[in-house]
Amino acid sequence: MDKKIRILIAKPGLDGHDRGAKVIARALRDAGMEVIYTGLRQTPEMIAEAALQEDVDAVGLSILSGAHLTLLPRVVSCLAARGLDDVLVFVGGIIPDEDVAPLKEAGVAAVFGPGTNTDHVVEFIRGQFQTA
Amino acid sequence: MANSRLPEAIPALVDRALQGDRRALSRLISRVENGGVEAWSALALIYPRTGQAQIVGVTGAPGTGKSTLVSELAKHTRRHHPEITVGIVAVDPTSPFSGGAVLGDRIRMRDLSGDAGVFIRSMATRGSLGGLARATTDVVKVLDAAGFQLILIETVGAGQSEIDIARTADTVIVVEAPGLGDEVQAIKAGILEIADVLVVNKADRDGVQSTVNALHTMIDLGKAPTSVLHHGHLTTIAAPLDAPTDRWRPPILKTIASESTGIAEVLDAMAQHCAYLSDHPEGQQRAKVRAAIELETILREALLQRLLDRIGPAELNRTIEQVAARAIDPYSAAQQLLS
Repeated sequence: MDKKIRILIAKPGLDGHDRGAKVIARALRDAGMEVIYTGLRQTPEMIAEAALQEDVDAVGLSILSGAHLTLLPRVVSCLAARGLDDVLVFVGGIIPDEDVAPLKEAGVAAVFGPGTNTDHVVEFIRGQFQTA
Repeated sequence: MANSRLPEAIPALVDRALQGDRRALSRLISRVENGGVEAWSALALIYPRTGQAQIVGVTGAPGTGKSTLVSELAKHTRRHHPEITVGIVAVDPTSPFSGGAVLGDRIRMRDLSGDAGVFIRSMATRGSLGGLARATTDVVKVLDAAGFQLILIETVGAGQSEIDIARTADTVIVVEAPGLGDEVQAIKAGILEIADVLVVNKADRDGVQSTVNALHTMIDLGKAPTSVLHHGHLTTIAAPLDAPTDRWRPPILKTIASESTGIAEVLDAMAQHCAYLSDHPEGQQRAKVRAAIELETILREALLQRLLDRIGPAELNRTIEQVAARAIDPYSAAQQLLS
């Protein structure tokens, strides 16, 4: 049985820099995962709908605009509204330390700041999904 | 797994997917994609509901604009025929080194998001080399059974020999772009031979006319007039074909998909080809060839699995080591395992 970890990488909101998202997409690919990359300027509804259609195990969000406290909880609630409350949500980008706790409370499983080693992200995701 | 809930039983999942539950549909697609006995049981259940959709493949070299064209075909269809629902399967390659993949076709399909009449699924090839994933045909069946009337399949960026799409789609659109090759490329064997509709995309670029001319020459050479018996009535074809026989002659159409130019003409050609296949004996011949290939593929997989189960990993490994050490040749080793 060939069960692959499938991950949606998306950029919610309006900032136009997707280098970080692409670096993570590439690192997850090199770790043997299937990464669906949706590109820039996605609304929470678009992200949740793509997660549903692609049957992903996790959604990784890259956000640099400062709108994370507005957008990320909305992504989580849009996922839940589609019955995807078991999908892991993690975020990377510029997130001030004091915002990490409220994001986790809102259902974000992990927050990765600038300078995070991609191996660390890969290990985190593997840890969540490894069966044995 | 974080998805710690037990996987739903296939019959219940199939029921919900066929009743329009998109979450169930998505999960069913994954189970079918992952293959094995479970996938076969699901496919056996849905099979009676398949055969309704118009299945169109879009193939061509990387960068010719396949994703954008697929997106435009879906958008145009939804705008002018809102009653027609559209399923899209977009295939991108799996890395042969890591087994991972980046599936990026949705980037060009963002205009379709928010439309509940469209369902897009990205697939990685998972080691398959023919331009599709091994399970693409099966995933298309799931969408067909779920009631999507038009199913568009986008292959990986294909060069000359990735022609699996011809065994899956009713109509194959080959997308070219100006400046990608000379006339010799056009007469080589390969994907041009499987084209039912040829699209020269990016038609605002230099060299578009020479690309069109090269394709015309290729078709004139390739589809020499052959006498074909006139079966039944061909009069229902929407537009007259100027081919010298009643065989389909691939039209060559120019598009600028990024500006939505020429899309209606491609949809017209798709409809004409669909009508041709239903009226012309070639349609039935194709269906038979496809069934034969599909059955053979399933048999091959099933027989191999049965054989490997019987041999067991220990004996298989022992034999592999003998072959690697050149203690026995692979042909005799295979005969031994079979006997």
